[in-house]
Amino acid sequence: MKQKFHIITSTCVPLPLENVDTDQIIPARFLKATTREEKFFGDNLFRDWRYNPDGSLNARFVLNDPTYGGQILVAGKNFGSGSSREHAAWAIAGYGFRVVVSSFFADIHKNNELNNFVLPVVVSEGFLKELFDSIYADPKTEVEVNLPEQTITNKATGKSERFEINAYKKHCLMNGLDDIDFLVQNKDKIEAYEAKQK
Amino acid sequence: MNTLFDKIWDVHIVQQVSDGPTQLYIDRLYCHEVTSPQAFQGMRERGLKCFRPDHIFCMPDHNTPTHDQDKPIEDPVSRTQVETLAKNAAEFGLTHFGMMDPKNGIIHVVGPERGLSLPGMTIVCGDSHTSTHGAMGAVAFGIGTSEVEMVMASQCILQTRPKTMRITIDGKLGKGVTAKDIALYMMSKMTTSGATGYFVEYAGEAIRGLTMEGRLTLCNLSIEMGARGGMIAPDEVTFEYIKGREYAPKGEAWDKAVAYWKTLKSDDDAVFDKEIRYRAEDIEPMITYGTNPGMGMGITQHIPTTEGMSAVEKASFEKSLKYMGFKPGESLLGKKVDYVFLGACTNGRIEDFRAFASIAKGRKKADNITAWLVPGSWMVDAQIRQEGLDKILEEAGFEIRQPGCSACLAMNDDKIPAGKYAVSTSNRNFEGRQGPGSRTLLASPLTAAAAAVTGVITDPRTLL
Repeated sequence: MKQKFHIITSTCVPLPLENVDTDQIIPARFLKATTREEKFFGDNLFRDWRYNPDGSLNARFVLNDPTYGGQILVAGKNFGSGSSREHAAWAIAGYGFRVVVSSFFADIHKNNELNNFVLPVVVSEGFLKELFDSIYADPKTEVEVNLPEQTITNKATGKSERFEINAYKKHCLMNGLDDIDFLVQNKDKIEAYEAKQK
Repeated sequence: MNTLFDKIWDVHIVQQVSDGPTQLYIDRLYCHEVTSPQAFQGMRERGLKCFRPDHIFCMPDHNTPTHDQDKPIEDPVSRTQVETLAKNAAEFGLTHFGMMDPKNGIIHVVGPERGLSLPGMTIVCGDSHTSTHGAMGAVAFGIGTSEVEMVMASQCILQTRPKTMRITIDGKLGKGVTAKDIALYMMSKMTTSGATGYFVEYAGEAIRGLTMEGRLTLCNLSIEMGARGGMIAPDEVTFEYIKGREYAPKGEAWDKAVAYWKTLKSDDDAVFDKEIRYRAEDIEPMITYGTNPGMGMGITQHIPTTEGMSAVEKASFEKSLKYMGFKPGESLLGKKVDYVFLGACTNGRIEDFRAFASIAKGRKKADNITAWLVPGSWMVDAQIRQEGLDKILEEAGFEIRQPGCSACLAMNDDKIPAGKYAVSTSNRNFEGRQGPGSRTLLASPLTAAAAAVTGVITDPRTLL
């Protein structure tokens, strides 16, 4: 799960829908697992959009369309709203996405992606619209996500935007470290806090 | 000049990571069976023990069947998940209220009713509806499983400080208008992302006038506007509710606690990053017509048309209405309903059952309706029976089931069949939320009861 993140250049999978909630990313019936097998969650990413009720593939859904592929998912605003289920981030990572691009993310899901070394990249509405246009005009359109520089570039248009990430989280992602590594290292501070509260 | 949120957040700061998040101390971690197993597994893999096991309370609620809880769960996968929580709690030395334990129920119903969730606390759980506990005057928010593991390991969490928002509801609510309607009204105005990035404090005459249970319903739904959490300053209503509850402070500790709790309110000159005001008189009983909770309207109104929408907005809106089988511009009054669900962490408390019973009393369940009435906890169940609500409901043709999350997200066998319409007091009308292909219309317990006795979408005010 822990992997170092630096620069990713890839084609994209377009999902031009708003308010994609985590129930769609991974439906509740797949939350009964007691382990964290990436393949299981990845296989069921967008399950009810990807498959018809009879279990056959829904050929019209973008993940089943061989025209599109890559490590970057591009989605409409308010991506990941609703349930806090981290299984949604596991499904996105398990499917093979390393980056999700949107103009707006729901808070909890955004943290869950970061905690699973998937980078949520917030872009302007204008950049997002143009990116969808580029991908539909040429599905081979590549996007470069450069974490050290905090930039995202649409290689079809050459346009670039800077994205925000705090220095701490950037350091974690670039070095494959997680928050628990950080927290267990400063237990003395926690004990000092507790002593002060009493 | 501090807000209520600032006052609680600030006293819980262990350290500020430079150009990074805050390390925040957590008073209460609640764990249910769905979002905790991988956290416990992570702890085992790292060779860690829970740092403060007495701050952690566990109970299964999502998978629990609403019948025959004294027997093993039929679905082997659900059974494994529920048993895994019990084993993990025992291994890590945590308090666990198992199925059939009188203290069991939906975690967000049990926390407040047992006096575990108190003013001034920081409270987290791997569940977005943790915002519920903010009604006690606490900073309470939902987290992911990695964050659950963080809290187990260190009793702390790393979080970016959210912005603050105050939503003031002036005036008095009309007859038949409830806390649920306030929430659905706000979402319909602000959308499901209108409060993303913010911690919301609810204020104003209409909020002060709510009972504790109404406040819990309102704060529960904060996440559906995208808010990190919602909270209400504690007052006499809060103290009266907490007093005498099992885990609440007693004697001298109580007096000391109340003295502190009374300081927990936003200062008169507190500055919020955003302020919004609504008028209570503008709110009528609400119902949703789409596939996110922001797609709601007053029950006498018409579904909007796509006029003025952008291409992406229009595509999302049309996909949603197609799923629901509704047309732009139509009214929902008189539409046939198949299922009614009363329950969930949103509306599974005693007051919700009283409201439902007030309409069911002297009437009969409509023949076309399958109704699931699911108390939020065994404590609520006991109170229903003590007040004789079970008799009133049984006479009207309703049956009380056993407590749990039930049809809110259909992880047990309470699933709405594909294509069927359910008026539901739960919190989400997402595609497939109540079972694959299910169609959910969110509403208050009064509106749910009105649909249950008439068989169609009905304005509850006509039955009061």
